[in-house]
Amino acid sequence: MDELETALRAAADRLPVEAAPPSLEERALRDGLVDVAYATTESPVGRLLLAATPAGVVRVGWTDEGFDAVLEDLAERISPRVLEAPRRLDDARRQLDEYFAGRRTSFALPLDHQLSRGFRARAQAAIEAIPFGQTGTYASIAAAAGSPRAVRAAGTACATNPIPLIVPCHRVVRSDGSMGQYGGGVERKRLLLELEHALPA
Amino acid sequence: MSRLPPFQEVLERYGRDVLRVCAAVAGPAHADDCYQETMLAALSAYPGLRDPSVVRSWLLRIASNKAIDAHRTRARSPVPVAEPDPGAAPAVPAHDEELWARVRELPDKQRIAVAYRFVADLAYREIGDAMGTSEEAARRNVFEGLRRLRAVHEAAAATR
Repeated sequence: MDELETALRAAADRLPVEAAPPSLEERALRDGLVDVAYATTESPVGRLLLAATPAGVVRVGWTDEGFDAVLEDLAERISPRVLEAPRRLDDARRQLDEYFAGRRTSFALPLDHQLSRGFRARAQAAIEAIPFGQTGTYASIAAAAGSPRAVRAAGTACATNPIPLIVPCHRVVRSDGSMGQYGGGVERKRLLLELEHALPA
Repeated sequence: MSRLPPFQEVLERYGRDVLRVCAAVAGPAHADDCYQETMLAALSAYPGLRDPSVVRSWLLRIASNKAIDAHRTRARSPVPVAEPDPGAAPAVPAHDEELWARVRELPDKQRIAVAYRFVADLAYREIGDAMGTSEEAARRNVFEGLRRLRAVHEAAAATR
């Protein structure tokens, strides 16, 4: 390698691009180029991933799911135009903060249910109707979704709920009064029911 | 169904390469604009990309096109090309800027090829992919670019 090539390489190393590249968020959102916007936020149940399409919140992810894995799944199932764009999640983050602070009992957020179909979508719609501080049972959800015998499937609908917290599957408990399972783990379910003063006796 | 990674991952993995190529080819004062134009164009076209394995050369090709656009716009503007750009351009050592200014005087293909080779550190095959030419043509463009740069350098040294 001669003198000129050495000089070019050295000069390339000194190019002043140490700082983070400029953010695309504002223009990408304005130009409608973001199919899935996401942000992360801290909460008493750990760091959360929030993702929204232009239609509304489409996914809430737990830290133990691995945010990269969740984003890859969204890229595949919705669109690879996935961008960190916290502005679009501002409302969701604020309302979740208020919920955890005990200052909010229901969410007023547009939701995008495209990740759920059929019975699961109907069951999740029934879950949305359970008010703060109350609980429903897997059997009642199965019945509300139109298949009273599909109690086990109602459990699966809870476990695969793509929008936990906002679609409050933590409020679904077993008919014998015990807490039952939770997609985010039983400890989180207990904490959420405690927060709502709805822990089964 | 394509299996493209989330675009954010592309940004994080290749953003710096794009910014550096922009800085070298369009000039540091235009690097941020060139980067934004590149990434917005890439985001817009991203779902149509057939083969995820070519994403880097695909991005760099968009970047070089945007850098050439920026370069042409500037060349048409009344501000002389050699004049430093106003505004808060990041500082490039004067000696380096002299070198980049000469690189920017090269014909498009040579300028881009030299930037890919020495700034993005691409292999000749990758340069060919990014420029839509053969590996051999890529090698020739770099070689010709270096030959011209040496000639300019020697001419400048002779007049000192």
